[in-house]
Amino acid sequence: MPAVQETVERVKRIDVDQYRYGFETLIDSEKAPKGLSEEIVKFISQKKNEPDWMLQWRLDAYRRWLTMTEPTWARVDYPKIDFQDLYYYAAPKPKKTVTSLDEIDPEILKTYEKLGIPLREVAMLEGVEPKPGEQDPARRKIAVDAVFDSVSVATTFKAELKKAGVIFMPISEAIREHPELVQKYLGSVVPTSDNFYATLNSAVFSDGSFVYVPPGVRCPMELSTYFRINERNTGQFERTLIIADKGSYVSYLEGCTAPQRDENQLHAAVVELVAHDDAEIKYSTVQNWYPGNSEGKGGIYNFVTKRGDCRGNHSKISWTQVETGSAITWKYPSCILRGDNSRGEFYSIAISNGFQQVDSGTKMIHLGKNTSSRIISKGIAAGKSQNTYRGLVTAHRKATGARNFTACDSLLIGDKCGAHTVPYIEAKNSSATFEHEATTSKISEDVLFYCIQRGLSQEEAVGLVVNGFVKDVLQQLPMEFAVEAQKLISISLEGSVG
Amino acid sequence: MALLEVKDLKVRVEEREILHGLTLTVNEGEVHAIMGPNGSGKSTLSHVIAGKPGYEVTDGQILFKGEDLLEMDPNERAAKGVFLAFQYPVEIPGVATMTFLRTALNAQRKARGESEYSTPDFLKKVREVSKSLNIPQDMLKRGVNVGFSGGEKKRNEVLQMALFEPSLCILDEMDSGLDIDALRIAADGVNALRSPGRAMVVITHYQRLLNYIVPDVVHVMSKGRVVKSGGKELALELEASGYAQFEDAA
Repeated sequence: MPAVQETVERVKRIDVDQYRYGFETLIDSEKAPKGLSEEIVKFISQKKNEPDWMLQWRLDAYRRWLTMTEPTWARVDYPKIDFQDLYYYAAPKPKKTVTSLDEIDPEILKTYEKLGIPLREVAMLEGVEPKPGEQDPARRKIAVDAVFDSVSVATTFKAELKKAGVIFMPISEAIREHPELVQKYLGSVVPTSDNFYATLNSAVFSDGSFVYVPPGVRCPMELSTYFRINERNTGQFERTLIIADKGSYVSYLEGCTAPQRDENQLHAAVVELVAHDDAEIKYSTVQNWYPGNSEGKGGIYNFVTKRGDCRGNHSKISWTQVETGSAITWKYPSCILRGDNSRGEFYSIAISNGFQQVDSGTKMIHLGKNTSSRIISKGIAAGKSQNTYRGLVTAHRKATGARNFTACDSLLIGDKCGAHTVPYIEAKNSSATFEHEATTSKISEDVLFYCIQRGLSQEEAVGLVVNGFVKDVLQQLPMEFAVEAQKLISISLEGSVG
Repeated sequence: MALLEVKDLKVRVEEREILHGLTLTVNEGEVHAIMGPNGSGKSTLSHVIAGKPGYEVTDGQILFKGEDLLEMDPNERAAKGVFLAFQYPVEIPGVATMTFLRTALNAQRKARGESEYSTPDFLKKVREVSKSLNIPQDMLKRGVNVGFSGGEKKRNEVLQMALFEPSLCILDEMDSGLDIDALRIAADGVNALRSPGRAMVVITHYQRLLNYIVPDVVHVMSKGRVVKSGGKELALELEASGYAQFEDAA
């Protein structure tokens, strides 16, 4: 079964239709009514026991949002969103409880197997819980082990982070426990007035991560490791803030290679990164949300604002993304290279199949002296999808010696898809050096036939060629994810040829 | 014993018939040369045997070890022992030659129900084979055929032939784009692979290649048919008199 179909089946299983058409009758105290108003913003803030300054911040954003209009410049096409017809607050819904791996759809288990995710983690990701009074001891053991195991591992991680002085918690907790840090940094990279979706997020954000790495500390683990066993439920308006203080280092991985289910169609996340002098942040994303069904119905709208501020001298921010899901992606992880000698990097693999539409890229804004940036973008379009790279590289008047290298490669599979490259380059001083390379190619029949003549199946051949195409970017991912991401890419393209 | 039997094969490409009833039998251990002018259907024959899409077989049969080859997918044919050395081997950027070789070899072994090679066993085998073909290890780390010279590309084809151990090797215009030294190296590699259980079909325009790979049987193709077959001396005869004499015969 092709991966897209698998996702379709999977979403069916969690009754996405039931949500869309029958949810209105389910109003209870954990859910705000439809629509957006000051009352709803207050309701959200109150639900989260937020201090008054946070509420005022949200309200300011809400009032500003009322004056804004949706951006329409992206090369994506979708029916107009009725913002009063959406829910803006719902307490995390408890997962459907299953008590054993045996109860999980074998097709889904197959996907995990293809991804090489160990069964124990599958049990966690699928929320397998022991049934009270479970009779079958063998069955019970799997579930109990998995739950116990994850709790203890997570606790060990927490202790280790605490020892290093790293603050890592949900942003809703950080607002209460570290208000001075949150107040200082929240909105300092993506201001509440930044853009339509970021402003909306500022008014109604649900939750997200907060990370603070103190001066000189190298975060003792990839923060990804933690997420692998603790699936987050941050809701549709995620807000993440990561601060690397002087001379520190942190690597953070968002998302998961496992199929992601979510019942909310609109996602508008904001991620802010701040790197002080000599600090480095590596932020990796693997996005595998529901892309819509085979007719292009449904699927997640992913309208994200991600921006990093290389605030200090010699700081570095690196974005790596593997985007395979969502019906519509509107996403430009960017770097403001404010500090002298700071460096920004963007490595991206964006895959679109079926009816998916991707408009993604980056902005490298050179403000400091001798700043450098590197953009490696690999777009793969299959099926009837449209895949656009949109990027801005700009050097300020004072950014002498700024350097950028950009390589945008697009690969087309089949003849009903499109790949587009829209680079914007602005240099306001004469010492900037910007290089731009772009290629568009098709997986040729000859290449496929060559591989097949040597014994590979059609799908193995496509997988091999595509993985060769994206190799430069895959190498940037944290080790344990690179292998899974490679498999995910093959799965996303299953059934795209022939 | 007949390894490959092509019987009265008719093939169309986009409504145009290219092969008009071609018959050819190749026995185990034999080396056959197929010669003929441009457009006589030589490459079409090699593509149809290997199963390249885009060709429509309207009549006739191809048997390989007595089995109906046309019923098999191209990768199945490869696993059964059909190998096509391409005239223009393609480049696959980002895929290391070593990775490609291992993926392909293991895919074939898996299809035959054999165990996949372990990494050390595979490396040992590749080293042996590449050494005998004068292929530097460094070349195996590069992307498949990326930046390879014409000679290196052809040597890479021969390397795969040696590694996969097919029972039928079709060499499509192996001499094109090679200087005389590169040709000799590639031909030596091919000759080393001649064996009683293996047959080869060498497709070429020129007699030159056949000085290095000496055939048992020579066929002349013209306008989609085999118009004459004979011993190796037929190639020399052609070199002297050209193909024109066969144009009418077809």
